[in-house]
Amino acid sequence: MSPKTQEKIAFHVLRAMTALIVLCLAVVLWDLFSKGFPALTWEFITENPKKGMTAGGIFPAIVGTFYLIVGTVLFALPVGVMTAVYLVEYARESWVTRVIRLAVVNLAGVPSVVFGLFGLGFFVLFLNFGASILAGSLTLALMVLPVIITTSEEALRAVPNGFREASLALGATKLQTILFIVLPNALPGIMTGSILGLARAAGETAPILLTAAAFFLPRLPNSIFDQVMALPYHLYVIATQVPNADEKIPYGTATVLMLLVLGLNLAAVLLRSYFRRLRKV
Amino acid sequence: MIRTKISAENLNLFYGDFHALKDINISMGERQVTALIGPSGCGKSTFLRCLNRMNDIIPTCRVQGKLMFEDSEIYHPDTDVVALRKRVGMVFQAPNPFPKSVYENVAYAPKLHGLKDKARLDEIVETSLRQAALWDEVKDRLHKPALGLSGGQQQRLCIARALAIQPEVLLMDEPTSALDPISTLKIEELIRELKQYYTIVIVTHNMQQAARISDKTAFFLVGDLVEFDDTEVIFTNPKDQRTEDYITGRFG
Repeated sequence: MSPKTQEKIAFHVLRAMTALIVLCLAVVLWDLFSKGFPALTWEFITENPKKGMTAGGIFPAIVGTFYLIVGTVLFALPVGVMTAVYLVEYARESWVTRVIRLAVVNLAGVPSVVFGLFGLGFFVLFLNFGASILAGSLTLALMVLPVIITTSEEALRAVPNGFREASLALGATKLQTILFIVLPNALPGIMTGSILGLARAAGETAPILLTAAAFFLPRLPNSIFDQVMALPYHLYVIATQVPNADEKIPYGTATVLMLLVLGLNLAAVLLRSYFRRLRKV
Repeated sequence: MIRTKISAENLNLFYGDFHALKDINISMGERQVTALIGPSGCGKSTFLRCLNRMNDIIPTCRVQGKLMFEDSEIYHPDTDVVALRKRVGMVFQAPNPFPKSVYENVAYAPKLHGLKDKARLDEIVETSLRQAALWDEVKDRLHKPALGLSGGQQQRLCIARALAIQPEVLLMDEPTSALDPISTLKIEELIRELKQYYTIVIVTHNMQQAARISDKTAFFLVGDLVEFDDTEVIFTNPKDQRTEDYITGRFG
């Protein structure tokens, strides 16, 4: 076979693979949205589930997922960013930092159900938080920490060294340089990376299954020690445990969850392009 | 009689095992321009970065010997590096303005050191930009991003930024090597202006530049200070054969 023919075949094979991926996504979204969008009525979004979850809305699950995400941000963002700042700006390359990086990478590889089990053992039982927003948020935070640390590290490393040198040469301390120069410049990268991590956490079922999610709780939580309903778990419940539920309900729930995740991803993309434009003339 | 501003006595510097500066003895006068020349890797930038202790960033760097800034020892353990860097400003090879507005770039250091008064800040920004011969070009776009300026303007902005805290010494590490000839000429004119008020130490690869702007010239070669004298002497009647070879372009 001539190299030219090989080239042609390779090109078409590679393009077919790419098309296959796009096709998969399109089929999933089409199936989901075509059945889910008809279910999206005002009542569905703003009302409690009724008649043993075979009718009514999913309002408590939307609110529950929202609370869990906010809690996750509050715990994971400060810890993750501070860890990244330490690793990039302060720590010298040594076996200690290599071990820390290895630990972070491995944390990212731990299956989410293991995080759930850990959350149950540590936050729910040992720290006695009970199954609650607090325990669920902390568990999710642990799960997204590796993503936040890794993306923050990359964002910090992308800040040109010239900025650090210029600031130090003007008599700024290291901390001032980090606060006024490095972090503001790394912020877009940190934010977009973190949002993508959170979008992933928002759809996780296993970590909250044992630590936060209520099977059926048709009211809003009163405190961070309350259990909540959450979209991914609610979806699991009505799809598997409520046999006579209207098909619209699981598809509607899935659509809301997808829109939430896609919305977060879209926010990350918009944020990135906004910051890019801001830095140009 | 010219007062000595900076002097080195048997200064040695190591990066790990690498002996980068060997027994440097030099003394630089107040409000003079001292040019450091020599081929790449000769230690001239390393020496420059000793003067405001920017080498501290490099973990393996060790310094021995005496380096004096007026009456204080730069590498004394009690030296306040922040205070030192307020008095010894620096301009880098590539223009590196912060991705902030022109105004915020110049106001950065004064604000950092505690100045909050808006009127006073405005005044400092204007004076510094005037001193850096940039005011007329940017006065109508003070609050626009500094990265929108041309390379030459950016470098003059970096000079203005360094001048804003009124240092006594200005270190310049090949400040024109990334610039076009016209911008280079502007910076050279500026240096001649600035030497009325500041002691300037400049590293340059451009020997004509050293000849044009400096009072004294130091020639470095693989870590040694080969020759240090009046610029005129170095370029017309050098005592060391190696200096002559370098300035006549026989190597380097």
